[in-house]
Amino acid sequence: MGVSTVRDELRCLIAADTDVVQARQTGRELAAEIGFSVGDQTVIAAAISEIARNILMYAKRGEVRFTKVLDGNRPGLIVVAEDDGPGIRDVSRALQDGYSTSGGLGLGLPGARRLMDEFEVVSAPGQGTRITMRKWKRANA
Amino acid sequence: MEVPILKQGHYLIASIQSALSDADLSQLREALIARVGKFRARGVIVDVTALDVMDSFAVRTLRDIAHMARLRGAETVIVGIQPEVAFAMVQLGLTLKGIATALDLEEGLAFLDRQGQGRIENRPRHGRIDRA
Repeated sequence: MGVSTVRDELRCLIAADTDVVQARQTGRELAAEIGFSVGDQTVIAAAISEIARNILMYAKRGEVRFTKVLDGNRPGLIVVAEDDGPGIRDVSRALQDGYSTSGGLGLGLPGARRLMDEFEVVSAPGQGTRITMRKWKRANA
Repeated sequence: MEVPILKQGHYLIASIQSALSDADLSQLREALIARVGKFRARGVIVDVTALDVMDSFAVRTLRDIAHMARLRGAETVIVGIQPEVAFAMVQLGLTLKGIATALDLEEGLAFLDRQGQGRIENRPRHGRIDRA
């Protein structure tokens, strides 16, 4: 990935349900600064909401980091959600629709992946979880 | 942030004013279900116009509200889902299957009025003694 410029990094601690709201609002504001359409701002905020809630549900605490980036002259937003929680035993299953170990809808991770352009999960049992999501601003949007 | 619940005739109207945490959403569910009984409500409107995001927890809570209210004898309508919110919901795979939605409060009230008319027409008449 030819990401050339890193301009800012913002962090949101996730330890309570109000932090989930804070994280998605921070993400939306950054997306607006970057010039994403209102539709894309909403999509980004929804994806952040899902992964931030996952931190709360499974790890109890963690953080979400936001970085504005430029790939050539294409601006984008990188969102990283990281925790030291129990980790995910089977990442490919966790990315399937309807699979949940928490009694939720099982749409959080796969849904967030559909909303973003790039989506990576690094996790192992006992090793915590790091999710990296990227969204690029479309030339005409 | 508590959501104000207004009573209008046989209907309850919950008008969400700002972003809600998961706890706020759960509180709204409890409050609405309790008030359906207290006010003998026949309809519930949840106005989500002010919500700029609906994620899986929000959708699940709205579904729970609609199903619980129906078990208590009241019909629920979700009104005011914004176009970009609808777009993100579809991408997330979130649906409100089996739950009434309407464009705005006015349409939601009209929907409940139509439901109510059907109900009264179909109800057996009591309290009237017909001459044999």
